[in-house]
Formats: sequence, C-alpha cells, structure tokens
Amino acid sequence: MAAVTPDQLHGHHGPTGLMRWLTTTNHKDIGTMYMIFSFIMFLSGGVLALTIRAELFQPGLQVVQPEFFNQLTTMHGLIMVFGAIMPAFVGFANWMIPLMIGASDMAFARMNNWSFWLLPPAAILLIGSFFVPGGATAAGWTLYAPLSVQMGMGMDLAIFAIHIMGISSIMGAINIVVTVLNMRAPGMTLMKMPLFCWTWLITAYLLIAVMPVLAGAVTMILTDRHFGTSFFNAAGGGDPVMYQHIFWFFGHPEVYIMILPAFGIVSQIIPTFARKPLFGYASMVYATASIAILSFAVWAHHMFATGMPAAGQLFFMYATMLIAVPTGVKVFNWVATMWRGSLTFETPMLWATGFIFVFTMGGFTGLICAIAPIDIQVQDTYYVVAHFHYVLVAGSLFALFAGAYYWLPKWTGHMPNESLGKLHFWCSMVFFNITFFPMHFLGLAGMPRRIPDYALQFADFNALASVGAFGFGLSQLIFIVVVVKCIRGGERAAARSWESAEGLEWTVPSPAPHHTFEEAPVVR
Amino acid sequence: MNTRTADHLASANRRLLVRLAISAAVMFGFGFLLVPFYEKICEVTGINNFLRPEAEAGARAATNTQVDTSRTILVQFDANLHDLPWRFQPVQRSVNVHPGELVHIEYEVSNTRAEPITGQAVPSYGPQLAGQYFRKLDCFCFAQQTLAPGERRIMPVVFVVDPALPADVSTITLSYTFFELKGRKFAASGQGARS
Ligand code: HEM
Ligand SMILES: [Cu+2]
Repeated sequence: MAAVTPDQLHGHHGPTGLMRWLTTTNHKDIGTMYMIFSFIMFLSGGVLALTIRAELFQPGLQVVQPEFFNQLTTMHGLIMVFGAIMPAFVGFANWMIPLMIGASDMAFARMNNWSFWLLPPAAILLIGSFFVPGGATAAGWTLYAPLSVQMGMGMDLAIFAIHIMGISSIMGAINIVVTVLNMRAPGMTLMKMPLFCWTWLITAYLLIAVMPVLAGAVTMILTDRHFGTSFFNAAGGGDPVMYQHIFWFFGHPEVYIMILPAFGIVSQIIPTFARKPLFGYASMVYATASIAILSFAVWAHHMFATGMPAAGQLFFMYATMLIAVPTGVKVFNWVATMWRGSLTFETPMLWATGFIFVFTMGGFTGLICAIAPIDIQVQDTYYVVAHFHYVLVAGSLFALFAGAYYWLPKWTGHMPNESLGKLHFWCSMVFFNITFFPMHFLGLAGMPRRIPDYALQFADFNALASVGAFGFGLSQLIFIVVVVKCIRGGERAAARSWESAEGLEWTVPSPAPHHTFEEAPVVR
Repeated sequence: MNTRTADHLASANRRLLVRLAISAAVMFGFGFLLVPFYEKICEVTGINNFLRPEAEAGARAATNTQVDTSRTILVQFDANLHDLPWRFQPVQRSVNVHPGELVHIEYEVSNTRAEPITGQAVPSYGPQLAGQYFRKLDCFCFAQQTLAPGERRIMPVVFVVDPALPADVSTITLSYTFFELKGRKFAASGQGARS
C-alpha cells in the first residue's frame, strides 16, 4: 500500500490547560483520554480483584465480610468490562482508525468529545455507589434478577452508570461506522482496509445492535424496582429466567465486542514482525463477520442449568461449537503468517504471540463449557472463571498491551524501552498463568465462584492463585514506567517505527502531528 | 478537498448517522419486545408453564418414576367422633391407589352446636402395620381444628403409600377419631394427641 502524504506539522491551537481537554474534538486527544481513563479504571478494578484474592488466600473470613465480598466481585466485573476493556479499544479506534484509512479526523468530532466525557461521570456513579447506604450492587456483573430487583440504591446507581456508558458506547460506535464507511482515502477500498478497521467496523455494528438491549434489560429492572412493573418479579407474574435470556442476548455478543478489536490489533502486529503479508486476509474478514453473526445465536450456553428442554440445549451446544470454527480460522491464519516468516520478537510481537498461545487455551475451555452435560457440572464454578479470564485477560488485555507497545512510537515519538517491555510481558505471562491455571482444577473439583469462603481441600490452589494475582498486579506497574519513560524521551522513532510495518499510519511522522491527512492521501 | 465534496460528505455522514441512531432506538424497543416474544415461545412449546400447570397435563407432565403400577391398593376411609357434637365423614369412601402415587382426598366436618368447639383428630390404621408405610404429606390431623357455630369445613389429606408396603397388604383402612379438647376455647392448654 503506497500513499502520498502531504507533510503537515501544524501545532495545536485553541484553548489550553484543562479546557483544552474538556473541549477537544481532535481524535488523537480523545483517543489519549480514552486510554488514560481506561488504564485508571483497570487499576481500580485491579485493586478490587486483589482484595478478592486476599480474602481467598486462605479459607475462612479474614479480610472482608461476605456482603462486601459480593460487592467486590460485582464491581470488579462491571469496572473491568465497561470501564477498562471497552473504552481502551475505543481509544485505540479513535487514535488509529483515521490514521489507518487516511481520514483527517472522526466523522463527528463534537459527538466524539461527548462520548468520552460521558464516561467519567458514569465511573463516578459506579465507584461512588460503594459509599451509599447498603453499598454497591452485589448481584454479580450480570445483574441477575431477582437479586438485582431487591438490592439497595447502589443498584440504581449502577443502572444509571450502565445507561450512560451504553449511550457513550453507542455514540462511539456510530462514529466509527460512519468514519470507516464514508471517510476512507481515495483508493482505500473496503477489502484493502487494515484488519483493525474491519474488526472495529463489525464490532461497532454489534455495539449498536446489543447495547440498547442491555439498556432495555436494566431499564426493566429499574421499573420492576420502583414503578411496580413485573418483568422479572415472579410474584407479579414475571419470570426471573427471562432476565437471563435478555441479558445474554446482549452478553454473548458483548464478549465478542471485547475480543474482535483484539483480533484486529494482533492481525496488524503479526505480519509486521513476520515480515510477510497477513495470510488469508479475506478469510479473516469473513471469519470476523461470521463470528459476529453467530454470536446472536448462542446466548443460552450461559443458561444450560436453567432447565432448558433438551432440544434447546442441543441447539445452543452445537451453535456455540460452530463459533469455534471461524475462531480457529483466525488462529490458523496467524500461525500461517508466522510460518517461514523472518520472525523477530520485539515487545509487541511477544505480546501478540503470547496472546495467540494463551487465548487459544481459553477458546478450548470455552468449547468444554459449551458441551451441555459438562457445563451443568462446571456452571458457576471456578472453571468458568478460568475460561473467561483466559479469553479476556490473556485475550483482550494482552492484545491491548501488544497494540500499545506497537503504536507507542507513533503516539509519543519515542521507542518504548525494550527490556522493560519484555520484563512486563514475561512477568504478566508467568503470573497470569500462576493465577488462573489452578482455577481450572478448582472448578473441576467443584469450587463455586463468587463465594468468600471455601472448603479446606481448595486451600493450596487458592493460595497459589492469590500469590499469582499480586504478582500480576504489581507487574502492571512496569507498564506505567515504560509509558512515562517513553513520553519523556528515549530512542527517537522514525515515521515507520518498525522495520516492515505496513499501513498509512506509518507514513506520517512520529509522533503523529496534531492534524494528519487534512489532504486525503491516495492509496494505489 | 473542495467545499462541494465536503458538503456532500457531511450530508452523507448525517444520513448514515440518522440511520444508525434509528437502528439503536429500534434495538432498544426490540429488547422489550423480547419479553412477549419469549412468553409466546414458552406458550407454544409448552416450556415453563409454571403459572398454568394444567397446560402441562398429559404426556408432557413430569412423570413420577417411583410409582409401582403393578400393584393396586384399596384405601378405605373411616370417620369417628369421640363424644363430640359434630358431623364428620370422608368425602369419598375409598380410593384405589398405586404405591408411590401422590393421592389427595378430603374429609368433611361440621359443627352442629351454637358454640365454637376445638377438636383434634387422631388417625389409626388397619392393619396396624400399614401405618408405617402410610406417608401423610398434609393432614387436618396435624393441627387442632376450631369450628365456629354451624361451620362446615372440607379438610384435605395428601398421602403416598410407600412402595415398600408388604406384598400381602392389599387393603388399608384409615380411620380418624375426633376428640374434643379439654377447656374448649383454650386450645393452647389442650392435650390433643398426635400420631
Ligand atoms: C471458542 C470460543 C468460545 C466458546 C465456545 C465459549 C463458550 C462459553 C460458554 C459455554 C460459557 C458459559 C459457561 C458457564 O457459565 O457455565 C462461557 C462463559 C463466558 N465466556 Fe466464553 N466462549 C468462547 C470465547 C469467549 C471469548 C472470546 C470471550 C471474551 C473475550 C468469552 C467470555 C466469556 C465470559 C465473560 C463468560 C462468563 C460470563 C459469566 O457467567 O459471568 N468467551 N463461554
Ligand atoms: Cu457466551
């Protein structure tokens, strides 16, 4: 892909200080704010997780009371999903999509500013709910009825926070769809688009389709709580299981919302460090689209234990297994891209290969959960906890780190410190597995999730997992050091910061000037 | 980019924005639509009809695998009064049941006097050994019964005959005797016997 880029080095103009950040409509500023926000939320959610692990270090109750423990697990999930992972990907989209498709900014710059600035108030509502009478909601991140219909006012705050974050996501998604569809540089056809843009385009459609359904579900909880409706209230003729159906209609596409952009990032990085074009570009696009479409037909695999008829169980079991096929295509293509490539393992590539390895393990445990008779055994045990942390931490989060190390030169103009980056990777990788691998055994042995105390035979694996968790948490501080060092200085990054990186983003100088592609480049 | 194409792009963007925003609004409505939709599915397929159990009757009903259909026991019902001015009789004289089957029968009692009276029924079985195989899940004999003047009452007995009932027993007689409790209105000080 060759491009003609007018070299523009406009500085920033307009308000300064706090007002600059409050009023900015620049996609790079907004992308940066998204990432800082999500990293702060990542650390907050991490503190909750470490409190959970401290309590679970030994059997019995030492650190927190059961009621508070339930608030911790609930808020950890909500903060990580809606505060850390999702905004981080939106931040990447804001920064990179215009640069990758040769657009000067996002389609609706003002709306972009709103999408971001809705998030901090939502986060304040969510975290503030710890301090209201009764504390934060303790119904689990899935907010199952009837518990969520009964909780105190912390639940109402969580519902409002979800509404606000949902609106923010929908606005962000609309912006991305319009930008990708209408703002591409001349010659950049859809099938020439970098895979990160493709995965985000499809993710954005998923967001527009399912975030409103979540908003509807929590609105029903709200009206059940305060306005006398009985959607989920059995005493009034409602059905609590109905909530699970509606929630997972959102929930399963949501897990793909959190992983598809990660697939995109990895698909950018692997070819760069294998020095080969991506193997099977078109099949990657089709695989992404089929994952997205299939994700609407598998929601009840989260509900195998609710007494579904056998025909339903079989349908959802096979449909779920079907999703593993396009996912497998992707893994195959990444490996085939590396096959006989001139591989080097700089930090971004380390994270990306680590991602493939560990994410695939999470995919396999997902397949095991998808087998209805097995899932009835492991549902709501630590086995499921292990599964979704393998796909979300080692999947989404590792891909985010891979992307951050990959594009930091473009963002800051300096190369990130290689040895610290590698240390960060290896510590994360080792401690991640120490934390979550034993959870497979705990789950198979029957340890239930979301319980502050456990039977004595689970003690050793739990102690091990807690040690790993603290190691993992501390390892993340290395990332702060790397980023701060990288902003302050370091080896100057060239426009094409990695030897064989392809794409329009590498044709603009590093750091990317405030305004890029004011004059659209021509892609041949 | 000249202004004409810029204007063109801006209006194309706006059109797409409106369309996507409408899709989001429609999906919000769709979330609510899922409620009647799922209800309809459950109704059509007969899943989850816990509000109308009669719809589950027939082949779809959960079958009790503990029922021993190879045997039929005749259960006869008897009612006696011990010095009590009441009328007391079973609604049905006898039923044929399979061991393991859940059976629901009723007794009728009425107070012929112009004053409230408290009584308690005590069951007995013939043959006597059948008693230990006769599992009552609910019985009016579990509690004292206070009847207002002239009151008539239908009272349930829900029971299962244990499949372990010895093979030579083919008829069981369940007999209740109502005793008046001493002190009449002071039910708490009563000495009603219980089986
Ligand atoms: C091959 C692909 C996958 C399959 C077959 C699969 C299957 C499943 C199944 C059957 C469950 C329900 C387990 C239970 O509750 O008993 C589950 C739970 C879960 N999965 Fe996956 N999964 C896959 C990939 C993913 C990915 C990519 C993500 C996210 C990035 C993900 C996130 C989750 C989460 C968060 C839960 C737990 C939700 C909860 O109950 O709180 N899964 N998965
Ligand atoms: Cu799922």
